[in-house]
Amino acid sequence: MGWQRRILRVNLTEGTCNPEPLNMDWARQYLGQRGLATKYFVEEVDPTVDPLSPDNKLIFATGPLTGTAASTAGRYSVITKGALTGAIACSNSGGYFGAELKNAGWDMIVFEGRAPEPVYLLIEDEEARLLPAGDLWGRSVWETHERIQHDHQDPMLKIAAIGQAGENGVLFACIVNDLHRAAGRSGVGAVMGSKRLKAVAVRGTQGVSVADPRRFLQVTMEKKRILAENAVTGQGLPTYGTQVLMNVVNEIGALPTRNAREVQFEGAPRISGEAMREPRPTDGKPNLITNQACFGCTIACGRVSRIDKTHYVVRNKPQYWKASGGLEYENAWAMGADTGIDDLEAMTYANFICNEQGMDPISFGATLAAAMELYESGAIGKEETGGIDLRFGNAEALTTLVEQTARGEGFGRDLGLGSRRLCEKYGRPELSMTVKGQEFPAYDPRGIQGMGLTYATSNRGACHLRSYTVASEVLGIPEKTDPLVPDGKPALVKAFQDATAVVDSSGLCLFTTFAWSLDDIQPQIDAACEGDWSLENLLAVGERIWNLERQFNLRAGFTGADDRLPERLVSEPARQGPAKGLTNQLDKMLPEYYALRGWDENGVPTAETLQRLGL
Amino acid sequence: MLKALSILPDKCTGCMQCELACSYEHEGVFNPARSRIRVFHFHDEARYVPYTCTQCAEAWCQTACPVEAIQVNPATGAKEVLDNLCVGCKVCTIACPFGTVNYNQATGKVIKCDLCGGDPACARYCPTGAITYVDADLTAYERMRTWAARTDTQAQATA
Repeated sequence: MGWQRRILRVNLTEGTCNPEPLNMDWARQYLGQRGLATKYFVEEVDPTVDPLSPDNKLIFATGPLTGTAASTAGRYSVITKGALTGAIACSNSGGYFGAELKNAGWDMIVFEGRAPEPVYLLIEDEEARLLPAGDLWGRSVWETHERIQHDHQDPMLKIAAIGQAGENGVLFACIVNDLHRAAGRSGVGAVMGSKRLKAVAVRGTQGVSVADPRRFLQVTMEKKRILAENAVTGQGLPTYGTQVLMNVVNEIGALPTRNAREVQFEGAPRISGEAMREPRPTDGKPNLITNQACFGCTIACGRVSRIDKTHYVVRNKPQYWKASGGLEYENAWAMGADTGIDDLEAMTYANFICNEQGMDPISFGATLAAAMELYESGAIGKEETGGIDLRFGNAEALTTLVEQTARGEGFGRDLGLGSRRLCEKYGRPELSMTVKGQEFPAYDPRGIQGMGLTYATSNRGACHLRSYTVASEVLGIPEKTDPLVPDGKPALVKAFQDATAVVDSSGLCLFTTFAWSLDDIQPQIDAACEGDWSLENLLAVGERIWNLERQFNLRAGFTGADDRLPERLVSEPARQGPAKGLTNQLDKMLPEYYALRGWDENGVPTAETLQRLGL
Repeated sequence: MLKALSILPDKCTGCMQCELACSYEHEGVFNPARSRIRVFHFHDEARYVPYTCTQCAEAWCQTACPVEAIQVNPATGAKEVLDNLCVGCKVCTIACPFGTVNYNQATGKVIKCDLCGGDPACARYCPTGAITYVDADLTAYERMRTWAARTDTQAQATA
């Protein structure tokens, strides 16, 4: 138990929905969600496939704990070949959709082919059918959500959808569920759009069982107490959300600013978690209304905000006066510090549009930042930008271009390519802050050395959520390491990567690991699932998943030469703060990392390593 | 002394632990669709409101039931549905002014909160104190205390 032991295969070309038994041999080797779906994907899809062709597949996958009462156990992931990167993509989301899918009796959905006309999938427990979405195409995620619930007279339907960005082939389009939770990165929404799949709507009433209920309830209760008593998960995250980090990361000089030209932002206090709680001078109310939990989550880090009605950007748009998903740290960084913008209300509006139209705010903000540097350096001018004065710090450029990008209009068409293709198009590839085509997030690897190796080796392109060494290097979890030195980081990165792969395959949220180690997670998995789920076995599962993803990328055409950082991070020293004068020491870390992984000097897993992991 | 559920919506984060706990207690599986307590999300207003049976002293569901399948548990004061008597006529679901008695298609009976026999799982699992199980005469005590604390009078001892 834990698993429902059933997957749904949807052939969009043929218009068929068929159940299949879950491959339990693979579940024992890959657990669920990220790992198990990647196994299915790798077995079924040619790694050289064009991500936007009908031959690519798109998998929505839950974990064995998804839908149970373990804290945060509502996660699902979307696995495909990324439109932005051409690498394996695995984007994880919370909200309530994942638990509903599991409750409907399904561990995962495999979408293949391409629908001749736009469709959406409706799942009501064991019944699944494709319905025409012609009148939904062209609509936003929010409108689609409302329409589907209305048409089926069921306000309890949980919905994941793409907005205009996914339809228009924005390469960093995401999939949004429950209005403002997202499978965000690598362009999974663009793949969904290429399949003409507008939405997945689910109602589940079957329930989720666990193998040893008595032990499960006892151990999950005990572990919830740890979350409640921990300073980060019990206080910091519920109060400030991930935005608790803005001032902290700025102070240590690791906040990439103005396309990472600088590492500290003078406007950081104005866009921080603290600022979101301050009453505004205009209406006396704070930007933040409350925190919100995803399914089963006892942390509740989600931000719910309301934009100042008197702000120019919404003054004539009452549809944006209601409460919705507010700024998380990564979003506030990308659309704030990285673009030099410090207008919290304008940024919140851009965040609403990213949610409404289904765009990854990290890639969008970082691509805009690259465009601003192209503009300031003279590589592009007002002719290209459609008359927009694209200087760093221009909030009106942000609020205009976020709309244009989603709709595929004007200069937004260029931004929708992502920063690598944008900078190549205008002859300045070195200005793109990407690894494997994906924009790096809110931690500057000159001030947090381990994050350089994290970005360079992440299987889905630059990302903080594959090995969040910030926990150790900045917050001291599980133990403090010096962020300014590369020593010891290869082992730290490997350990975090393998453990994270386990968490991402379980149905739990990675944020629990601010308080939980794998020692806390293991007994919860073990009580829920049949079979051997010892710590050793779980660690082997994590390492197996990492190598499976790596193998896919190597077969897709990536090599060790792609484990590189943008030149700026390794050759332009930080200009200020504690890391002043430092570059990232990737060259010192990478060979040691390869060796620890059991890979050769080109970053290819050796035959012994593959054999050891059963690959 | 009877106890009752006290619900403070302003403390609710919408996590659904109460629904998970309730469904597990009654059905043996985690299944919010079968929970006797429901958390309503008023998204545009950013409000989450848990709602369930308040165990009316004079219970209309009980009065309306034609087969006396709803009985008071004297230990807890809960109005409980006796499954062996319930015929699934749904009259109680119409009689209840608050909608907290609901039909369960899977069993052909109605379901409602029974206070878990005196140890309600929803209150035990609520991580924020939005749902507590307190002296039935004092369900509003916490709210009174909150408002009392907001008065700005400073005590001044007189000689």
